[in-house]
Amino acid sequence: MSLLSRLGLSLFAAACVLVPLAGAHAAVVPDAIKDLALGEADARDKALSAIVAAGDAAALPFLQSLLDGDIKVQGDNRVYRVTGDQAVDLLTGKAVKPLPADVEEVVVNNRFRRALAGAIAALRLSSSDRALRAAAARALAGGADENTLPAISAALAKEADPEIRASLALTQASIQLASPEAATRLAAVRALAQSDNAATKTLLTALLARRNGAFVEPDASVRSEAARSLREVDSRLLKGDLVARVFSGISLGSILLLAALGLAITYGLMGVINMAHGELIMVGAYATYIVQNLFRQHWPAAFDAYLLAAIPAAFLVSAGVGMMLERTVIRFLYGRPLETLLATWGLSLVLIQTVRTLFGAQNVQVENPSWMSGGVEIMTNVVLPWSRIAIVAFSGLVLTMMWLLLTRTRLGLFVRAVTQIRPMASALGVPTARVDMLAFGLGSGLAGLAGCALSQIGNVGPDLGQSALVDSFMVVVLGGVGQLAGTVAAAFGLGVVNKFLEAWSGAVLAKIAVLVFIVIFIQKRPRGLFALRGRTVEA
Amino acid sequence: MAVGFVPLHLSRRGPLLARWTPRTAWPFYGVAALVLFVVIPLGHLAAPAESVWHVSSFTVTLVGKVMCYAIVALAMDLIWGYTGILSLGHGVFFALGGYAMGMYLMRSIGHDGVYRSDLPDFMVFLDWKQYPWYWRFTEHFWYCALLVVLVPGVLAFVFGFFAFRSRIKGVYFSIITQALTYAAMLLFFRNDTGFGGNNGFTDFKRILGYSVTAPQTRTALFVLTGAALLAVLAFARTLVASKLGRVLTAIRDAESRVMFSGYNPLYFKLFVWTASAVICGVAGALYVPQVGIINPSEMSPANSIEIAIWTAVGGRGTLFGPIAGAFVVNLGKSWFTQAFPEYWLFVLGALFILVTLFLPHGLAGLWRRVAR
Repeated sequence: MSLLSRLGLSLFAAACVLVPLAGAHAAVVPDAIKDLALGEADARDKALSAIVAAGDAAALPFLQSLLDGDIKVQGDNRVYRVTGDQAVDLLTGKAVKPLPADVEEVVVNNRFRRALAGAIAALRLSSSDRALRAAAARALAGGADENTLPAISAALAKEADPEIRASLALTQASIQLASPEAATRLAAVRALAQSDNAATKTLLTALLARRNGAFVEPDASVRSEAARSLREVDSRLLKGDLVARVFSGISLGSILLLAALGLAITYGLMGVINMAHGELIMVGAYATYIVQNLFRQHWPAAFDAYLLAAIPAAFLVSAGVGMMLERTVIRFLYGRPLETLLATWGLSLVLIQTVRTLFGAQNVQVENPSWMSGGVEIMTNVVLPWSRIAIVAFSGLVLTMMWLLLTRTRLGLFVRAVTQIRPMASALGVPTARVDMLAFGLGSGLAGLAGCALSQIGNVGPDLGQSALVDSFMVVVLGGVGQLAGTVAAAFGLGVVNKFLEAWSGAVLAKIAVLVFIVIFIQKRPRGLFALRGRTVEA
Repeated sequence: MAVGFVPLHLSRRGPLLARWTPRTAWPFYGVAALVLFVVIPLGHLAAPAESVWHVSSFTVTLVGKVMCYAIVALAMDLIWGYTGILSLGHGVFFALGGYAMGMYLMRSIGHDGVYRSDLPDFMVFLDWKQYPWYWRFTEHFWYCALLVVLVPGVLAFVFGFFAFRSRIKGVYFSIITQALTYAAMLLFFRNDTGFGGNNGFTDFKRILGYSVTAPQTRTALFVLTGAALLAVLAFARTLVASKLGRVLTAIRDAESRVMFSGYNPLYFKLFVWTASAVICGVAGALYVPQVGIINPSEMSPANSIEIAIWTAVGGRGTLFGPIAGAFVVNLGKSWFTQAFPEYWLFVLGALFILVTLFLPHGLAGLWRRVAR
């Protein structure tokens, strides 16, 4: 066992800096071990400070054992580390068996426990492993005292990682703020102004608070400096907040856009009011679920790539269901929007119940591919999740494809021709019935894509479509029927407005406010944001 | 062409009004009144349990409930069948009427709630110390009765005024009304709104001092509902036979021409829309004490759209159709959800599809075809 041989070696490497390996118990000078395990409170503190000041990482395992209660003492000159039925005399480095009967626990009171924890964290800060340092910085931020201050300052001088630096600087300042000297506190408050960490705010606010009529901070100059720093931090935080909210608005907007794009074709271009649109979204989400399960069963190695197969699958399944509905029901109701509304509502009920019968009424689990977890941090208080970024990008892609399809392909030309002047298109040889079916299939397929996207961020259940339906109709109505640009503007506008209102008044009231806003807006511009000007008049 | 809406299939029909002349309808009124006011009440109160004439409390409640739905279907028929405006938000008026009555019923519980408090249980639960301002005077029956009419009426008037003034119509109007009921549902789901959140109002004890579960009270409510149904029917009949009614059908069939003839459709639509909402509110107020619960799910878009299907199944643009539709669909639902609960949605969905595809005039149209 290499561990044992190393134990002997490390005896000589005693006070060396950076021996980051476990097992090197005797690496601590025997005096320090004695002081820590057997000494009075003062001697303990001194020994601990000395270790921390020296940055002696080799002492880590011993300190950890001390904290965990694995160190036992006998009389006033024997120190053992006990793990299970193994015991090692730390002063000689020899294994002891059996353990003497009169060993005692080392008393670690709360104060010493804190000091130990701080010292351990401080020592870890000098580790070369970034993850270890980051963990240590986090632990220190939770609570540290002036014992660790030299270690933190030393670490700050060397640390290159911005995240760890920020956390350390904050901890340092908060320790310094407790200093009895006004000059130190002033310097700390000034340093805090550079921070863009939300925790800084609480720290500074606490300084400005009053307790029992007197200020917490006695020195007026420190107070005014704190107020100034607070303003600076506030404005920087506000910027981050704003960015975060705009982004979540855009991500909500792109979800709305995905849900509404299909409707923009079936309702906007074809004039078919499809109340089963939400259920086509649901069908797309369930198609994603099935593809996911197939990958998990038959091809677990490629699980992360299942979305690549799920996207076309969701499109095709929803498009297929949509075309079937068009051929069997909807085509008989062209030109009768209110009847279409009722019939498609019936279709939606049938689809919901079918899914319930096939998959059960409970939500099903759709797992994200691993690359979608986590996020990118663009500011300390702004983290953009990959899943949201992927959805924004995806909706942009879908929008572009759809625009190209409608404006650059023969099918797009036919669709526009048929929706504008059907008899003329028919007279020129456009197979209008087929174009209707394909256009409806395209709109349904887009709904399927929306379902695939929604499955990545929300619950997948039979009722998924019901909640999406009202939202998508609002987008299309607000944007103006038959207008892609209007749909896009309405989706992102609604998304951002909704998120800002949400922060101000809560989610439910925000939603109500948005609905009321749309109802009022429609009064002013009955044809939506981007109204087509033309000579058509309703009969 | 996307938004143009010509209900051709409706305008192709013959004259609407002369179909049920008063003389042919009187026997119907007579039989209906006999059943509603004599046979069922006596069967419930006087007939012994083993008699064939006995009517169980389940039946009385069920029929009473369905009559409330029939009133709503008639109200829907006035606005959709006769004026051509499909509302997908009538559930909100029904529920508001129900909530107004529910407020009175909650106040009448008094100290008999679980917490023995002056306040309803849900307010105790929220740690509220007093009634919010909009609960003032609700301990008076007359005030709540006023609310039953006023709240849906005012909401419909304001909403309708702005919607019709901007000439929002067709599918647009339907979607906006759906948004209205959806928003109201979200609002009432909040606990802080002060109407019991998710659970709404329930566990009523008494109405006007009488126990709500007593057979006499139930019978009285039943008779009252029956009377309301007949009154609404009579009102609708007078309305559609009047000149006003003819303008309404004209608006349905060719609104532009009505405008060109010098009428302003705004006030005609507004009148029938508000009247329809008030009728729904009254139906809701009759519904709540009989069923014993009102909660925000009554405002869900699905419920409102179901109202449309009652009317469509029965036959819109006729007066007896919607009543028949409400009875057929709801009695069917009541039977189906007990016998085959998992298939009811299939049946309802198929009903929506088949009626719109094959029975555009509903049962009334079928009856006419068979009778001819």
